[in-house]
Amino acid sequence: MDLTSINPILFFASLMVAATPILLAAIGELVVERAGVLNLGVEGMMITGAVIGFIVAVSTGSPWLGFLGAAVGGALISQVFGLLTQYLLSNQVATGLALTLFGLGLSALMGQGYIGIKAPSFPDLHLPILSDIPYLGPIAFQHDPMVYVGLLIVLAVWLFLNRSRAGLILRAVGENHDAAHALGYNVRRTRMLAIAFGGACAGLGGAYLSLLRVPQWTEGMTAGAGWIALAIVVFASWRPGRLVLGAYLFGGVTVLQLNLQAAGIAIPVEYLSMSPYLATIAVLVIMSAGRSPGSLGKQFHAAR
Amino acid sequence: MRDTLLTLEGLTKAYPGVVANRDVSFDIGKGEIHALLGENGAGKSTLVKTIYGLVKPDSGHMTLDGRRFAPDDPAAARRAGVGMVFQHFSLFDALTVAENIVLGMDAPPSPRAIAAEVRRVSDLYGLPLDPDRTVGDLSAGERQRVEIIRCLLQDPRLLIMDEPTSVLTPQEVDILFTTLRKLSGEGTAILYISHKLSEIAALCEAATVLRLGAVVATCDPRTTAPRDMAELMVGQVLQSPVRAARPAGRMALELRGLSARAPHRFGTALRDITVAVRAGEVLGIGGVAGNGQDELVAALSGEMPVAADMVWFNGSPVGSDPVNTRRANGLLCAPEERLGHAAAPDMTLTENALLTGVTRKGLARRGFLRWPQARHFAQEIIAGFDVRTPGPENTARSLSGGNLQKFVIGREIMQDPQVFVVNQPTWGVDAAAAAAIRQALLTLADNGAAVIVISQDLDELMEISDRFCALTEGRLSEPRPARGLTVDQIGMMLGGAHDMEVAHVAK
Repeated sequence: MDLTSINPILFFASLMVAATPILLAAIGELVVERAGVLNLGVEGMMITGAVIGFIVAVSTGSPWLGFLGAAVGGALISQVFGLLTQYLLSNQVATGLALTLFGLGLSALMGQGYIGIKAPSFPDLHLPILSDIPYLGPIAFQHDPMVYVGLLIVLAVWLFLNRSRAGLILRAVGENHDAAHALGYNVRRTRMLAIAFGGACAGLGGAYLSLLRVPQWTEGMTAGAGWIALAIVVFASWRPGRLVLGAYLFGGVTVLQLNLQAAGIAIPVEYLSMSPYLATIAVLVIMSAGRSPGSLGKQFHAAR
Repeated sequence: MRDTLLTLEGLTKAYPGVVANRDVSFDIGKGEIHALLGENGAGKSTLVKTIYGLVKPDSGHMTLDGRRFAPDDPAAARRAGVGMVFQHFSLFDALTVAENIVLGMDAPPSPRAIAAEVRRVSDLYGLPLDPDRTVGDLSAGERQRVEIIRCLLQDPRLLIMDEPTSVLTPQEVDILFTTLRKLSGEGTAILYISHKLSEIAALCEAATVLRLGAVVATCDPRTTAPRDMAELMVGQVLQSPVRAARPAGRMALELRGLSARAPHRFGTALRDITVAVRAGEVLGIGGVAGNGQDELVAALSGEMPVAADMVWFNGSPVGSDPVNTRRANGLLCAPEERLGHAAAPDMTLTENALLTGVTRKGLARRGFLRWPQARHFAQEIIAGFDVRTPGPENTARSLSGGNLQKFVIGREIMQDPQVFVVNQPTWGVDAAAAAAIRQALLTLADNGAAVIVISQDLDELMEISDRFCALTEGRLSEPRPARGLTVDQIGMMLGGAHDMEVAHVAK
């Protein structure tokens, strides 16, 4: 085994890339859950975004349009969930699980003609000055634009939740939907918008996998990333800052175990493969002291 | 006579199967404190929701200041100058006081300006409040202040208060009444909903009585006897519970230095509770909810095990015994929350009767349930306690609050307890059902059981207890004979902390 074969610059740089799809999906789900809705369909929305993003990018040749299509597709499929749970009052857990299965099936169907094709390339940004800083430049400032878009979305969500009136209303709806209704806020509309945002973010996360991380389309390529995103939201106590920490931790251990595998460490591969999950859960469980939104997962009947 | 502020004319609202309001008409004057009286289900809530824009009437209309008033939503009502303080507080536990207040405003200023406004208004009306605190950590009285201040910041012309004093100590009630009189003096009309007739007599200058959705009377509460008003509400002559003189019995239940940590973040720790109850005695425990009532019941029922020698039942330590062992021995409890704690909402009355009665009534044999006996037991409860339901196959959820409460209490009493602990026996129950429940508790004590009644309703406790003590922040005061206690003495027992707080504001 030769640990010196792990290049620290390359390690930290690939950490950011590995964390981005989970970060994107998780920040969307965070907003959904802060609005009091438990959408377990993140995996399904991600894979739908992955295939739609891939198809749009391949047919237009533009990765940007691919990401846009993925966001729209994710938002649309999330509205199926919203319609069922918010208007027809179906059970959120069962509907979310169904959405995941539906998304996996739908994406396999849509992606049939696209297996084995390579996605159009999405050149990395080269920021003047910043990218040329020794060590830090290659780690933090020589990535594809979506890495930064993801971080900007997290920042925007933080500002929205903690600084804006609309964000306060969203938190109020998630905390106590009956009280929010009594004060005259539209609980359903707030939740439908939150669900749409969650779908769009999950779509972006999925497209990041199919357009940048892999980058090609294979069936079931999200491989549980949506579930990790869900777990990170809970363990991050529904706070955006901790979410970044959780996603980067998961990305870090994923990259590390790949590097360790490559370095030929004498630990069975299975243990290495499970290490990102164990490490993320362990750290976030130790840190978590948060309280879930008061109305999370509860059905809202306007008449009561 | 005051100028008229709000006129209601012929308001009618029907829901499937029930007419909530039937041709309701009355006037509220400017600056008038107007009481709205009625039993549960009389249509008070629907009526005030109509005024606040949450419910649209099927027919009839309202006039505010001579202009047509038909708010589409609460925001429109607030713009027109109508504010409302809800019965079940419409607050958000995880948010701060300032955030909660901002949510109730339509055009809120900056957060810093809000904090200053909150301080100004709370000083003006003697309602101390820190805008940066999290609402989940506040007492019930403080939470109500948040709601009141939220309304006052909008300069309302009409303030609707739905059962505002049900969670307050007598001192807090005094503070509230001072505030309301001050508001009334400034020209704000107040529509005041309450069950408590003595409060209405002290505060209000006009009253409208609703029964089954219709106005049955209007009166001046300052000159009408509370008993007459009660009979107007109920539509029948009320029976007061009767209590036979009882000799002191043997020691039934003893708590010796009962202490327990708070079971969860918003819970209360129990601190060194020592008290003894004899057979045939009713011990009343007063106090505002959230001062350890739930935890005390949990420690007595066995849901929260404590050290064995902290709870003594019939001379043996039972503090660490599990729930069913205590039940089998005759220590029974009826918790506060009817739906979800005392009864499983979607299970039938037979099943609910089985759930607690299975041991003492022998409703299972060799692990198999005896359904005929269980059904018979449920029928006995329904007959014995006048539970209004088509039959024992109906779910607990389908019963009204009062009927379910009669069922839940009847279920325990029919099991012939030696010690019976009941938390808030008549909370949200109408007057006739409440009287029946109190009578049942007294009869149980007459038959030789020890009864512990935990309640926020001081009138109720004075009516049925032999001895009274107060639970404040997890501490239990020394019990005193209930007969002859004055409201002031009770107030002192209930909350030293609140006195200090008031003094602090006055300086």
